[in-house]
Amino acid sequence: MDAMPKWADVVLIPLISLILAAILSALVILAIGESPTKALMLMIDGALGSTYGWGYTLYYATNFIFTGLAVSIAFHARMFNIGGEGQAMIGGLGVALVCLFIPWPHWSLALLGGTIAAALFGAAWAAIPAFLQAKRGSHIVITTIMFNFIAAALLNYLLIGALKPKGSMEPATGKFPEATHLPNMHEVLAPFGIEFSKAAPANISFFVAILACFAVWALIWRTKLGYEIRAFGHSESAAKYAGISPTKIIMVSMLISGGLAGMMAINNVQGEAERLVLNAVEGAGFIGIAVALMGRSHPFGVFLAAILFGFLYQGGAELALWTKIPREMIVVIQALVILFTGALDNMVRMPLERMFLAAKRRNKGAA
Amino acid sequence: MELLTILQVLDSTMRLATPLLLACLAGLYSERAGIFDIGLEGKMLAAAFLSAAVAYTTGSAWIGLLAGIAASLGLSAIHGLASITFRGNQLISGVAINFLAAGLTVVVSQSWFGQGGRTPQLAGSARFEPITLPFAEALRDIPVLGPIYYELISGHTALVYIALLLVPVTWWVLYSTRFGLRMRAVGENPAAVDTAGVSVVGLRYAAVIICGVLCGIAGAYLATALQAGFVKDMSAGRGYIALAALIFAKWRPWYALYACLLFGFLQALALRPDVIEGVLGFKVNGQLLDVLPYILTVIILAGFVGKAIPPRAGGEPYVKER
Repeated sequence: MDAMPKWADVVLIPLISLILAAILSALVILAIGESPTKALMLMIDGALGSTYGWGYTLYYATNFIFTGLAVSIAFHARMFNIGGEGQAMIGGLGVALVCLFIPWPHWSLALLGGTIAAALFGAAWAAIPAFLQAKRGSHIVITTIMFNFIAAALLNYLLIGALKPKGSMEPATGKFPEATHLPNMHEVLAPFGIEFSKAAPANISFFVAILACFAVWALIWRTKLGYEIRAFGHSESAAKYAGISPTKIIMVSMLISGGLAGMMAINNVQGEAERLVLNAVEGAGFIGIAVALMGRSHPFGVFLAAILFGFLYQGGAELALWTKIPREMIVVIQALVILFTGALDNMVRMPLERMFLAAKRRNKGAA
Repeated sequence: MELLTILQVLDSTMRLATPLLLACLAGLYSERAGIFDIGLEGKMLAAAFLSAAVAYTTGSAWIGLLAGIAASLGLSAIHGLASITFRGNQLISGVAINFLAAGLTVVVSQSWFGQGGRTPQLAGSARFEPITLPFAEALRDIPVLGPIYYELISGHTALVYIALLLVPVTWWVLYSTRFGLRMRAVGENPAAVDTAGVSVVGLRYAAVIICGVLCGIAGAYLATALQAGFVKDMSAGRGYIALAALIFAKWRPWYALYACLLFGFLQALALRPDVIEGVLGFKVNGQLLDVLPYILTVIILAGFVGKAIPPRAGGEPYVKER
């Protein structure tokens, strides 16, 4: 028998953790001499007050949906993929190569090609740590951290070398050709009579991200493979006894995870920058960890958490613009969310469980 | 190749290996007691900031060092609370600590000093000064040995010597004291330690506290000895390299020293491309030298060069009733 009803586990605990993180963040803002309520109003106005703000919020959210799903899938197989950052970087490399060297006739085909390339490159970057975990028992957390650094160095090397156009001083590839440019939210929504800001970076890959949410949901809860992944995550020995190959599950779930993280590149590289720059990922791979924890590794939860973090990101940029609160405040909030929803989960859970058990006993006594 | 050039590279190897060594030994205590710690990076960063800020305000590097240790201990306390008391996921807690430090150091230093997330330059007694060992000046002119003593062995800050001293101390504590035996046991088989009537929680907290103190020294060294002040993200992945060195050393103190010296040497070489070109006759990409520690660690982890087996109970919270 569970101590708590399901809704408490899925809604109440993340909510309380979020409130704790918010209270601590407010204290930090107070401590540096700013008003938390004014900061919140500014953030809401800046991130949600206009279609321009929404355009940024959704743009960031698209990144976080992909990386959040990536971390979630690995979580289901009880693996911690810290390498989303590196996988997204290498996904960007895939997008850049495909966009620069294949003459695409139309953006829709370029989007398809970019998506496939991003997923393949991201998956390939996750493949080596996955193989080492499955076959040699090397800890996936350590190897994926190492691969983040290796990815950054590799991109650095390519962007100041082979991929930099002649005569350019900047460490970046050339601009992608016109035909690969993705329609932005303004162009997507205009046929439906919805006015959307032209300047904001949100683009059609937001809808690809939503599709990815559905695909991941179907995979995890509606297919045999998803069942095997969850079974493996719950108990490796039981899964083995049931004839599920650990090597296969580790490899497959990490490949999907890396592929999803890589797919982020269609948003930030193909959709927004339209060329590959250094540090294009901007930490989104790590935010995926917070998003997955907050969303309880469920695609719908990931979607909501990604929108929340998109709001925080855009709101935080506004704060840095109008107040003395630097952008890094977002990193603090992100850390607190990871801390409370991830590491200190039991601190919130244990007293709640006790409360629910006590309430149950009281009900039984009355009946 | 001139002797002086070699000595210069080795000298900067020493200086760059010191923070790695301190953080690596910090991780050694924690992980030997069964607490994984990927938050070394964050603890170093927090310590670097607070030590520089306090050293600047008080004008004393030693008070700065204490403040740095305090900052690191604060984060250690969070890690202990999350991973020992509340039996949370140690890896996630470490990730949170790294981000907490990365964010808070900039937010606080911006509001404290208003210099875009850095502290003012430290000068004079706010920094650890190099110590000239006895007779270094007098012996300088003796061929070969003189310059080695003067350039390489003498002329480092106190923290470098402390770090070096900590290697035999750690070795002695780990293998020759009751505390060390129990600490190793708690990382391998906590249930056995518990049965013997020794507190698992107490031992693990002790290890996490030692880890915090050492990370604090490492961070203070970065900001008040290696450089003169705190800049944003100044730990620059050193916590992760220390973690890599720990695996490379297979969780043993003397090997930790060798691994850190090796990685420090790679960092020192990356700063001197002219030397590499002079020795090898061709250019080696600086990026490659920077990532070599990570690549070497992956190779070690893959088990191609001996197997790196972590403490058996590492990463798992201890539950009494099982």
